[in-house]
Amino acid sequence: MASSSYALPSFSLRFRPIWQRNFLVWKKLAVASVLGNIADPLITLVAFGYGLGSLLKQIEGIPYINYLGSGSICMSIMMAASFEALYSAFSRMHVQKSWDALLNAPLALDDILLAEMLWAASKAMFSGLVILGVLLCLQIGLNTHTVLVLPLLFIIGMTFASMGLVINALARGYDFFTYYFTMVLTPMVFLSGVYYPIAQLPDWLQMISRILPLGAAVNLVRPLILGAWPVAPVRDLALLLAYCVSGFYLATVLTRQRLLK
Amino acid sequence: MPQSDILSVENLHKSYGKGNAKSVVVDNLNFSLRRGECFGLLGPNGAGKTTTLRLCLGLTAPDSGRIILAGQSIPANARQARLRVGVVPQADNLDPDFTVSENLLVFGRYFGIPDTVISARIPALLEFANLTAKKNAGIAELSGGMKRRLMLARALVNDPDLIFMDEPTTGLDPQARHMIWQRLKALVSQGKTILLTTHFMDEAERLCDRLAVIDHGKMIAEGSPRSLIARHIESEVVEVYGEGARIWGDNLGRHQSVRVEISGETVFCYTNDAQQLLTSLHMTSDVRFVHRPANLEDLFLKLTGREIRD
Repeated sequence: MASSSYALPSFSLRFRPIWQRNFLVWKKLAVASVLGNIADPLITLVAFGYGLGSLLKQIEGIPYINYLGSGSICMSIMMAASFEALYSAFSRMHVQKSWDALLNAPLALDDILLAEMLWAASKAMFSGLVILGVLLCLQIGLNTHTVLVLPLLFIIGMTFASMGLVINALARGYDFFTYYFTMVLTPMVFLSGVYYPIAQLPDWLQMISRILPLGAAVNLVRPLILGAWPVAPVRDLALLLAYCVSGFYLATVLTRQRLLK
Repeated sequence: MPQSDILSVENLHKSYGKGNAKSVVVDNLNFSLRRGECFGLLGPNGAGKTTTLRLCLGLTAPDSGRIILAGQSIPANARQARLRVGVVPQADNLDPDFTVSENLLVFGRYFGIPDTVISARIPALLEFANLTAKKNAGIAELSGGMKRRLMLARALVNDPDLIFMDEPTTGLDPQARHMIWQRLKALVSQGKTILLTTHFMDEAERLCDRLAVIDHGKMIAEGSPRSLIARHIESEVVEVYGEGARIWGDNLGRHQSVRVEISGETVFCYTNDAQQLLTSLHMTSDVRFVHRPANLEDLFLKLTGREIRD
């Protein structure tokens, strides 16, 4: 529908059975899936936290493992949501043609995209909760501010899911996703203050860093886990939501142009 | 529009691309389906059959024209219309992560049907598809014919009035095709309407009450299989092949037939009375022949030509 492909996404509760379908599949393999999503962040936490932490001791007055743990949970959410919105959504859309089956039912493409976005955020959230549990076991985040981290993690998941769906709509094959990971997400990790404060970076890189969604996520989540308040919560939340909303809108437009021609 | 039409298509146009790259896929199509009939959409590859189905389901917007499906205007109210429709697409898209039963349950939920209602319907659907013994099997364990039958069962989960079937038996062995045909006939006898696309002429002749032949997006013939054959083609065909076929065809066959077509080494003689041809063939050596009534395939080849379509 070329004429209406720019229309705003329509939101309805019809997304629920699609979300539920993905949840059912996930439930069958839940343990393996969560392990797969948290193994990498936990290894990072142990290797860097203890390895580098034994040399670094503290950053900005905070034990290094606390510093790293409170930032890397955002990175894990980003990775989990992106994987789901790229590889998994692409196989449902393009390889298994599950989306075609949904479109033959009384569902609209907008319903499918909303379901996929919320699902990727949910799946990332499941992993995030396990990582948060590990942090709590390490005595990191044992304060009431941590409760506020939960909705934030979901918003971070929605943001990266939406961005992933933009790439999904453009992809011709799985290889395309490698570019997104190596040229967008991995550099973003190093520019977003996960491993070290961005104050260590040259000015021009700091400028870029300030407009990255992962940077905003870390700025919001780290202080809360460490028992403090974010410095610029409105700015950072607005930045995240801007990526989320514009990403989802763009993903909707591009996917309509791809599938409804 | 008469009350009995469950689908009506008027002056439908669809093209892709612009300027010199523009290709017209559907060119002023008009047809309608009466409730309870099996209607066939026939045409060579690339004739516009699948695009027509997508247009009717509201999955793509026409350039112009009017479509009314199950009382709803398409594409504006396509979602509401699809509540009353079942679709069996060309390629199987069953959910590989679920069992046979789970595929039916999950698909039923997309129609907003409560789990209890779907669960109550599943045994009858499995029975209809002859898959009761496979209800807990994974999709990878099913044969091609079983997958098609499950696709058909899945398309019935919402108890639709109209079923769209896009080449339902392509790639199936003869046993599996006969089983699908039998099921489709059963559905029509239950009062369902079927819109079928196929390029198997025996399938269309066997199943369809009425059919439309389309080519290059245009309707080139419409009617019941028998009336179309009677209207467009001679009643009898003699197919002649073997080493002497071409020479016999040039010397004698051509003059004793109403129309002759040559395809490869076979000479097709169309006639309303084959007696003279048969007498002459009996006296000719180096030829073998088959005498048969004209069928839908003869009609199809006459209307759309014998060149290969890709």
